[in-house]
Amino acid sequence: MSIKLIEAKNLKKSFGNFIAVDDIDLSVERGEVIGFLGPNGAGKSTTMKMLTGFLEPDEGKIFIDGIDLKSKPLEAKQAIGYLPEGAPSYSDMEVSDFLSFVGKMRGLDNNELLETRLSNMAEQINLKEVWHKPIETLSKGFKRRVGIAQALIHDPDILILDEPTDGLDPNQKYEMRNLIKKISSNKAIVISTHILEEVEAVCSRTVIIANGKLLANETTQNLTKKFNKKNVFSIKVANELSNSQIKDIKSSLNFKKVTVKNLDITDTSILIEDEKENINLNKIMTQLKKHKLDINEATFIKPSLDDIFRKITQQK
Amino acid sequence: MNAYLNKTFIIFDRELRGYFRTPLASIFLLVFLALSSGMTFFLGRFFERDQADLTAFFAWHPWLFLILMPAIGMRLWAEERRSGTIELLMTLPVTNSQLVVGKFFASWLFTLIALLLSTPIWITVNYLGNPDNNVIFISYLTSWLMAGAFLALTSCLSTLTKNQVIAFIISSISGFILIMAGFSLVLSTVRSWAPIWITETIGSMSFLSHFSRVQMGVFDLSTLIFFVSMIILCLWINIQLVQIKKAD
Repeated sequence: MSIKLIEAKNLKKSFGNFIAVDDIDLSVERGEVIGFLGPNGAGKSTTMKMLTGFLEPDEGKIFIDGIDLKSKPLEAKQAIGYLPEGAPSYSDMEVSDFLSFVGKMRGLDNNELLETRLSNMAEQINLKEVWHKPIETLSKGFKRRVGIAQALIHDPDILILDEPTDGLDPNQKYEMRNLIKKISSNKAIVISTHILEEVEAVCSRTVIIANGKLLANETTQNLTKKFNKKNVFSIKVANELSNSQIKDIKSSLNFKKVTVKNLDITDTSILIEDEKENINLNKIMTQLKKHKLDINEATFIKPSLDDIFRKITQQK
Repeated sequence: MNAYLNKTFIIFDRELRGYFRTPLASIFLLVFLALSSGMTFFLGRFFERDQADLTAFFAWHPWLFLILMPAIGMRLWAEERRSGTIELLMTLPVTNSQLVVGKFFASWLFTLIALLLSTPIWITVNYLGNPDNNVIFISYLTSWLMAGAFLALTSCLSTLTKNQVIAFIISSISGFILIMAGFSLVLSTVRSWAPIWITETIGSMSFLSHFSRVQMGVFDLSTLIFFVSMIILCLWINIQLVQIKKAD
């Protein structure tokens, strides 16, 4: 049986008249990485703040590893590692002192265990070169890594990361995603991000919210299937086509939408849009050969999560 | 209980070391020693009085603390809220009371260090004459308790804002009101329109009248109880305010 490490039921939170989170259900099992998506002000951070116990929901229940967050907050919080938005830290402290402080607060009171975890963090998160430097002197990327390290210091079962790769360079982002993938097998991880390629790269499930409401909660693959049925096949040919040729090609390629555009003398683009199952490559190629066209390039344009995100969040 | 104290101590330790990580500690200690000595010798006319006591030294403490305690305490919560570390702190497995108490004791111990550094003046007065050391000891103790009350008030008020300067100003103004509450000018103004019990309550809240009694050599348990109660009350309000204001 799968174990739900996070279970939130009917979460509601308002600030005055503004409804930030409106009846959200969310459960995360061990081994899952949830990508939490939504436009700015959608309620992502508010939901994360409620899951970590920083904010109390107006209505609803949150269970962390089966523990009621409201009635046993200290026990529940112990199971969570949290990187708040902007990765706040005590800038006057050295990296080692800061991580040691968080470790002790997280219950690592055995010196040997604390030291082991600290050296693991220095190694795993690549913090060795800044280990004894004050946090205020570090680059944004290093500060973010320190934030990740403090969330991981006690090896929690649950990780809640608010924009973990913000401010990292491409190499650091790649490393961070690999780290998340590596540790995800025995943890439940929730990541909020604006970078949709990140969701595709590391998340097993995507949750999209807008205006405080949950709009999608699907595996990333299902989401693509469900919300983007139309596919685009792009062909580039090294011929300039006359208007009559374009008309002929359009009528012979009997698909929902065919766009033909002369880009220059030796380059013409043909875009075919239809349901995926209707796009038959053999049929396309045979027709194009009939028109004696020199095909330079032929690619399927995969539906991007960006398109899906826009489609879902702008539905209403 | 042990676990409670353990977490409180970790907070206390981080906070206290924080004072010494920046030049704040040395600047504060220097300013405190310079001002307290300056006021004692120049404004208090320590030598001209020709008496072996520290009345001239302690008399200025309420006024010194009015400025210096808000300077120490203004960052306690305002800075946590400004930098966002309050979110980190309050998602750790720790209670609000552990956070408030740990932070307060760190700042209070820091003021004890400042007071202890002023003890050469106690040695000096013993070298020059035969002072009543019991009165001096009680004065030191009461001074530290009064500093604690100023700090608890500042800590409490610093939760109301993300701006340290605003925290400093509102704490100083509130402290000033608490000092002035015992002045006859204030009391006679209040007496003219308020019932006697209100006048007496306001009078009894005065830091200055409580502190002056001790300096005159009157060891009054009610003074110690007053300052301790003020500390407990302010910290209790502080705990509630942290809960209310944390996400603003």
